[in-house]
Amino acid sequence: MKIPILQLKNLLLTSIQVELTDRDAIDFQYDVVHKVAETGAEGLVIDITAMDVVDSFIARALNETARMARLVGAEVVICGMQPTVALTLVEMGRELIDVESALNLDHGFEKAQRLISAKKRMPG
Amino acid sequence: MIKHEQARHDNQPACLIRQFVVVRVTEEIHIAQAQRQAKALARAAGFRQVAVYQVATSVSELANNLFFHTTEGGRITITAIRQEGMIGLEVIAEDRGPGIPDVKLAMQDGFSANGGLGGGLPGVKRLMDEFEINSEVGLGTRIMVRRWQACR
Repeated sequence: MKIPILQLKNLLLTSIQVELTDRDAIDFQYDVVHKVAETGAEGLVIDITAMDVVDSFIARALNETARMARLVGAEVVICGMQPTVALTLVEMGRELIDVESALNLDHGFEKAQRLISAKKRMPG
Repeated sequence: MIKHEQARHDNQPACLIRQFVVVRVTEEIHIAQAQRQAKALARAAGFRQVAVYQVATSVSELANNLFFHTTEGGRITITAIRQEGMIGLEVIAEDRGPGIPDVKLAMQDGFSANGGLGGGLPGVKRLMDEFEINSEVGLGTRIMVRRWQACR
């Protein structure tokens, strides 16, 4: 199932609300990279409010997506992680999610803007 | 009448249930099915919310392994169990796949047989209270995990 990616000003917003299969994950990554390139978006916010179970396979898909988006120049923030998901990921033992995160879409939006302006301020 | 039933329900919870489900994992959608069954049984057993999702995550991890690391898939059996004031869920994941050549290595954080993130099995071990793995190359793998909670 296709995951919609919406543009809002200089950001892309997307919300994962389906059970992510391997195929879905690959399609999603392809779409994200193309959409960033096509729109020149400076940031990407991925909402995972609807995900109540995040295992190492999904964590890997999210990390890869973020890495790809960064390679084409977008700052990435994940938002809306359920408290139970956070507890489970920490219990599982490692830095499973290696992406900037925020409580909700509102904070995620602000954080992405902060990351973008910080990048612009960087010398060189 | 309704009140009475409600009260009984509250006082003698899930410890009385005896239930199990079997999910064959041969296609990717079965992973989500196994996960849903795990959630349903954990809820029925009266598990706390965090425990419900931690059991579901473990089942998801095991089901993913069955799908991605074997050619014919495997089977997940989830059973409600009890013991001395405790209620538990037992999850058995078994397959006739290639087997794990080095179980110790598979239990290390960051190890992955297929370029994945690794750490699936050690993660499951930490989420559950009991963890048992038997694997023989060429024959298959059987993983048994349990999570306990005191009867309320």
